[in-house]
Amino acid sequence: MTNIFIHIALLLIMPPLLLGVINKTKALFAGRRGPPVLQLYYDLIKLARKGVVISQVTTWVFTAAPVITLTAIMLAGLMVPMGPFQSPVAFTGDLILFAYLLALSRFFTTTAALDTGSAFEGMGAAREVTFACLSEPALFFALLVLAKMSGSLVLTNMLHAPLAAGSQASAASLVLVAGGLFILLLAENSRIPVDDPNTHLELTMIHEVMVLDHSGPLLGIILYGAAVKLFVLSAVLLHIVFPFQSGSALLDWSLFVLEMLLTAVAVGVVESVMARLQMRNVQHLLIAAILLCGFGFVLLMR
Amino acid sequence: MQSHLSILLILSSAALHALSGIPGLLMSRRTAMSERIATVFSCAATAIGLAGVALVFLRGTDSMVLPWNVMGDPMKVAADGLSAFFIVPVLVMGALGSAYGLGYWPQSKHEDNGPSLRLFWGWAIAGMILLLLARHAVLFMMGWEIMALPAFFLVSTEHHLPEVRRAGWVYLVATHIGTLTLFAMFAFFHWITGSFEMRALAVSEAGLGTLTIIFLLALVGFGVKAGMMPFHFWLPAAHANAPSHVSALLSGVMLKIGIYGLIRFIGFLPDPPVSWGVIILASGCISGVLGVVFAIGQHDLKRLLAYHSIENIGIILMGFGLAMIGRSLGRPLWVILGMAGCLLHVWNHGLFKVLLFLSAGSAIHSSGTRQIDRMGGLAKFIPRTAAFFLIGAVAICGLPPLNGFVSEWFVYLGLFHAASDTTAVAWTAAALAAPVLALIGALALACFVKVYGAVFLGQARQPLESVPHEAPLTMQIPMGVLAGCCVLIGVLPWTVAPVLSRTILSCDIEGLLQSSCPLSTLTPLTAITLTGLALIGVCLIVYYRLSRRVQWSKAPHTITWSCGYARPTERMQYTASSFAQMLTGMFRSVLSPRIHEPEIRSVFAEPSRYETHQDEPVLDRKLIPAAHFIKQLFNRARPLQQGLTHQYLIYVALTVIILLIWTLPILTIFTRLFTR
Repeated sequence: MTNIFIHIALLLIMPPLLLGVINKTKALFAGRRGPPVLQLYYDLIKLARKGVVISQVTTWVFTAAPVITLTAIMLAGLMVPMGPFQSPVAFTGDLILFAYLLALSRFFTTTAALDTGSAFEGMGAAREVTFACLSEPALFFALLVLAKMSGSLVLTNMLHAPLAAGSQASAASLVLVAGGLFILLLAENSRIPVDDPNTHLELTMIHEVMVLDHSGPLLGIILYGAAVKLFVLSAVLLHIVFPFQSGSALLDWSLFVLEMLLTAVAVGVVESVMARLQMRNVQHLLIAAILLCGFGFVLLMR
Repeated sequence: MQSHLSILLILSSAALHALSGIPGLLMSRRTAMSERIATVFSCAATAIGLAGVALVFLRGTDSMVLPWNVMGDPMKVAADGLSAFFIVPVLVMGALGSAYGLGYWPQSKHEDNGPSLRLFWGWAIAGMILLLLARHAVLFMMGWEIMALPAFFLVSTEHHLPEVRRAGWVYLVATHIGTLTLFAMFAFFHWITGSFEMRALAVSEAGLGTLTIIFLLALVGFGVKAGMMPFHFWLPAAHANAPSHVSALLSGVMLKIGIYGLIRFIGFLPDPPVSWGVIILASGCISGVLGVVFAIGQHDLKRLLAYHSIENIGIILMGFGLAMIGRSLGRPLWVILGMAGCLLHVWNHGLFKVLLFLSAGSAIHSSGTRQIDRMGGLAKFIPRTAAFFLIGAVAICGLPPLNGFVSEWFVYLGLFHAASDTTAVAWTAAALAAPVLALIGALALACFVKVYGAVFLGQARQPLESVPHEAPLTMQIPMGVLAGCCVLIGVLPWTVAPVLSRTILSCDIEGLLQSSCPLSTLTPLTAITLTGLALIGVCLIVYYRLSRRVQWSKAPHTITWSCGYARPTERMQYTASSFAQMLTGMFRSVLSPRIHEPEIRSVFAEPSRYETHQDEPVLDRKLIPAAHFIKQLFNRARPLQQGLTHQYLIYVALTVIILLIWTLPILTIFTRLFTR
């Protein structure tokens, strides 16, 4: 019960911290002092107090979409276990619901973007749905590997499989899947090298350009939702990268928080040392993710 | 009598549907009475038929021998779980479509073709019910033609338009290719069993070779009807050019008759090899991916929806293929999950595709065009229709908490189970099929975001002739019922689980499942309910709180930000074609669209236009060139046939001489001549 409580509390509170850590890491690399680690929390509080300006062109979809997106991602977050603990929501086949909740959030984010009738937001939406066509098969290959390894179709058991397996036979495929999932993490959360959250040119954006017209609390919900998505996908990746368990609950939770911050640092390092790819090369990166996860499955079945 | 109650109810429902259009023929074309009578007949018939179907599910299979012998065998009809399951969408669509027609195709505006449309509508419904009940090959083929021929007249309702006539003819040819193949299939059945009764074959009755021929004939014959790739060539044009409720009937219901045929007749074949299941699974994957890829390339709203039917038939076939693999390898779990996904998707596609076609119909009615890139901003004028279309779009993408998710979830679960198996064929097939299904889902999402965004959101892309007004209540109610069913099955899937279990058991001829189909214990359907309710509930609560806090109507409304551009116009919106451009670029090798690009001649740009056309790959690139080639060949024979009397006289004379030479004992004559 306590663990479930901690799970929900972390899911609600921790995500904005990750973006602070990423930005701090990037600032360190650039030799700047950078914004405070808690900057996103300040932004969210500020946005929650602000008013809203709405485009005349939009319908109810525009205002409802951020809410649906955030709810879907939160629900998905309840299915992903954190560290060695059970997730609050777990049932046979929840892995499919997890993947499709992410798709639901994408549906409404892109629909809201088209609701404004602006070419920029349409462009961002088109890129988002196009790249998702390549990241979904990669995600499913990764899920197939975990399902095969654990012999279970419950996300909690599947993600705990690397913890239990520990054999050399599965190590090779886990390395490949970890690589594939890391690419997915960057692509799904619109980080460099797929998308640059700090770019100043709307023409080249993916995620940021879709939400240009949202303001006030709506923008706050979107920013928060994006942070939660980063948190949830990182939690999935952590099971494969750090399959460790200490036995003490307190130690395990602090270990999990530490790992999570390390992931944020890793994302920050990638963003600092890499340039973003040309838009036409993004698909090659995603196809690489499909191949990594696919070969992971083949290695497992060998 | 008591025991045949359900069959009699369903048969009388079919008869009432068939009769529904007849009063309209005898009445004045000016009065609206005839269409009301037809709708009342249809609704009553559907109510009676649904009662019969409910009896089948409660009491079990009911069969009856009609006092009518044809070709030596008595006409037999039966209503088992499988028949009853497929009759439900036919009945529901019969009534809803008829009601929708009151507002969409009113007699006052369509005096000339209104009565015939309603007559053939009822006949097509009756034909489908008849063939679903038939257990005699001749009765089956009679039902088949009573369904297929009225469908031809329904497609060519607006036969004054040349493209409608062309679509109608292509459909007629295609459906009869299917019929011909089925004749061959029944000939093989008759050859093996010696009777026209439709029944399961025993292992001892036929060898694998014969069975494989029957399997392939069934796959082609029913594949043409179901719109399976590459036999789908008739489908996009026929569904695009028919009135919208007819498109809905063809797409949502009639395609499934092909699926019924596949399940029924392949179920009759004993001891299927694994390769059959793999073939079905692979053709499902191909139909699914290519169907949605071609849909993304379309510019015509109804053609796009038609291609999505091919995609969904692909998903249905994937479920069926998995069940077939399970049947061959003796894995009851795969059979249950695969069949559950296949069958539930039959219903689901019947619900959301009909919903999409009906709401697209009223969108087309409002904007006066079928071209997606000329529409826009309709949600402002017809908000309810837009909301119905949105529900259909979310459902067809397989997103929770709507019904499309549940059936795809069954298929995924089955595939994941199969992927963990040790049999190499099974895990390879399943491990390739699961990501393909994910790809189909992601592509469908891209396509429906594009459609909903371009048609209903943003601003109108060209000036509207008149301000569109919301569809009348007779059109809204059918859409509302369908949308409600989508939500119901999506949130409360356990309500349909008993029906699915019954149907799956009735398909299990070999007894692999040992008459137990614990669908609701194998799959945590209550978890779907809880998460679905949580999703809807939290969204509503948060949105309500947010609305109280912000008060949308009082918030300042202004022009779209558009990166600071002060005067955005409707022409500056992103078009559907641009939205799809990256994806059509990725699949360029399959789509190969015809592109007319402007040529830049001078330094200063001249007015120019850019066009792309998406041909139908099989019809426009293969079949029509092949038909032209054959026509050219026959042209070579032209000199023989010039209409000159003396030429024909020469032919007659030559024929006589040849026949004389052939019949005369030439050799004897010669020997007589030269011997003494």
